[in-house]
Amino acid sequence: MLAYLFRRLFAAAVMLVVIILVVFGIFFLVPKWAGVDIASSFVGKQADPAAVEAVRQKLGLSDPVFVQAWEFFKGIFAGRTYSGGGDVTQCSAPCFGYSFRSEQAVWPVLTERFPVTLALALGAAVLWLIFGLAAGVLSALKRGTLWDRAAMVVALAGVSLPIYFTGLLSLAIFSHSLGWINAEFVPLDESFSGWFGGMILPWITLAFLYAAMYARITRATMMEILGEDYIRTARAKGLKEQVVIRKHAMRSTLTPLLTMLGMDLGALMGGAVLTETTFSLPGLGQKVLDAIKNQDLPFILGVVLITSLAVLIANLVVDVLYAVIDPRVRLA
Amino acid sequence: MTEPSKSGAAVGEPTGDAPGSNAFLEVRDLKVHFPTDDGLVKSVDGLSFQLERGKTLGIVGESGSGKSVTSLGIMGLHTAGQYGRRKAQISGEIWLDGTELLSADPDHVRKLRGRQMAMIFQDPLSALHPYYTIGKQIVEAYRIHHDVDKKTARRRAVEMLDRVGIPQPDKRVDSYPHEFSGGMRQRAMIAMSLVNNPELLIADEPTTALDVTVQAQILDLIRDLQKEFGSAVIVITHDLGVVAELADDLLVMYGGRCVERGPAEKVFYEPRHPYTWGLLGSMPRLDRDQQERLIPVKGSPPSLINLPSGCAFNPRCPYADVPKDDVTRTVRPELTEIGSKHWAACHMSQEQRERIWTEEIAPKL
Repeated sequence: MLAYLFRRLFAAAVMLVVIILVVFGIFFLVPKWAGVDIASSFVGKQADPAAVEAVRQKLGLSDPVFVQAWEFFKGIFAGRTYSGGGDVTQCSAPCFGYSFRSEQAVWPVLTERFPVTLALALGAAVLWLIFGLAAGVLSALKRGTLWDRAAMVVALAGVSLPIYFTGLLSLAIFSHSLGWINAEFVPLDESFSGWFGGMILPWITLAFLYAAMYARITRATMMEILGEDYIRTARAKGLKEQVVIRKHAMRSTLTPLLTMLGMDLGALMGGAVLTETTFSLPGLGQKVLDAIKNQDLPFILGVVLITSLAVLIANLVVDVLYAVIDPRVRLA
Repeated sequence: MTEPSKSGAAVGEPTGDAPGSNAFLEVRDLKVHFPTDDGLVKSVDGLSFQLERGKTLGIVGESGSGKSVTSLGIMGLHTAGQYGRRKAQISGEIWLDGTELLSADPDHVRKLRGRQMAMIFQDPLSALHPYYTIGKQIVEAYRIHHDVDKKTARRRAVEMLDRVGIPQPDKRVDSYPHEFSGGMRQRAMIAMSLVNNPELLIADEPTTALDVTVQAQILDLIRDLQKEFGSAVIVITHDLGVVAELADDLLVMYGGRCVERGPAEKVFYEPRHPYTWGLLGSMPRLDRDQQERLIPVKGSPPSLINLPSGCAFNPRCPYADVPKDDVTRTVRPELTEIGSKHWAACHMSQEQRERIWTEEIAPKL
């Protein structure tokens, strides 16, 4: 088990290095080859050539590629110092550089926005796990009945309806028409109830989409598991059907769902772009959308790295949990 | 074989007008049908037999002949955990020690499962839960029916593993199924089914998934344990060799019905149904000259939705034209007693069958 853990940790570390290099490649080399000059986009259009040159010096853009890669890599773990053109800027670790638009450092903005995204994703995950699993299991046990069909139609709707539709609809109904909820975002440290009220619709909207997917997967997996030989064995022992489902079928059904959960949570850490935009939540997703619109490379890059890291960590956790659940994995 | 008349069963569930049974296990006119999109699949269509304590019945037939469906029917596993609208249709009577199971309360049948009747399955790897240790699974089986603490149940599990010949049972009890070899897994499976001393043990193809050297050990084990516990055993197999030494009685199934049944030595040495001859002819034997080829039963198993009219075996039977007037294709042969406790369902006359057996079949075997 410990050896398994170390193997996974090592693999994750290697993966992280690879991701950083790939990200560096995409964001610094591709524009170069495409003929886009990073220095001039940093300074702005119609800039003074001397200012562009100063920025190029400062960002080290004329250094050889591997030196740039190393500086970038080092910046993330140890911080880096931009010098040249007369002034010196100290960017402490983890350094993702500065915004092209506002000269804001990337990292503090990300850390400020990350908790909102985290709260959104985790809250929604709790909801979608409860409702998705319950609906999926019930559908599997009552397959072919009216309940099953109704649940699967709702699930189909959940999967197909875009978030900006369900989100706006929920806002229109619960916030504007009925006035039950004040859907404005309030930071958690200001007021818990305000924060909760502002989060509840985003949670439900995001959870609806995922609950639908989880319900369908749970139903399919459960039905498959119920046909397994060991379920028949459990019944042949004289176990109550309820125990057969709870103790024998559920445990096997959870494994594929765990994998999904890890990936989904990891991916959501990079920002639930649609949900955050629809509900004006100041999370990473909203920021990354702004950054894309403004071609603000350092921010995009920072978010991509955070997302990758989150997926990596989520997968690591899933791998470990997997080994706890399924004894056969420990050997692999 | 006479049908028992009076109910010897004061215990058990009331069963309306149906008379009870004196036999330990008696199956009467069992029918198990499954509705599907293509039609009604008649997996078992009118099967009857009896079994006493301490005796072994071998049920033999090819894939799809209804062997496993019969055993699952006795265990009540067609109705337990059946979800959705399409339900198996089961009729007939199954008497176990004075209780009719098909009309009994499902929860009562559940309590009998694992305690009075237990089952061993074909593939022990898929029949054991991959996430639980062998010990946990045996402990669970024991504690469903015995109100004991985990420690006592665990001691019992170790004792059973020891009994079925698993070395170092106190250590192996904490192993997972995937850490066992195929033969060990089947031993563990047997230990689990016998943990409550069931009076009826159903072994559904217990050796099919195992390699040949282990097969004999498992069969020996089942025989020893039967002697020790005095239970009734049903061994289901497509391999006559498996039941040859094990079974007291044999029942040959074809297309969901019994085509021949009787004492094992009768069915083996004086078989009176062409399908049984086919099974014997297609069985490899070590005492036979290797130059001789096996004689397969031609054709493939019949569709259980549309059984051939008349005798279900007629399209594959080399002797279908022996009886006159095309009777094999129009009239379904009844199971008739052709000797002491020996029954067969064939249109050929007794003389015709004896002649064909002694002149054409027996010399080639």
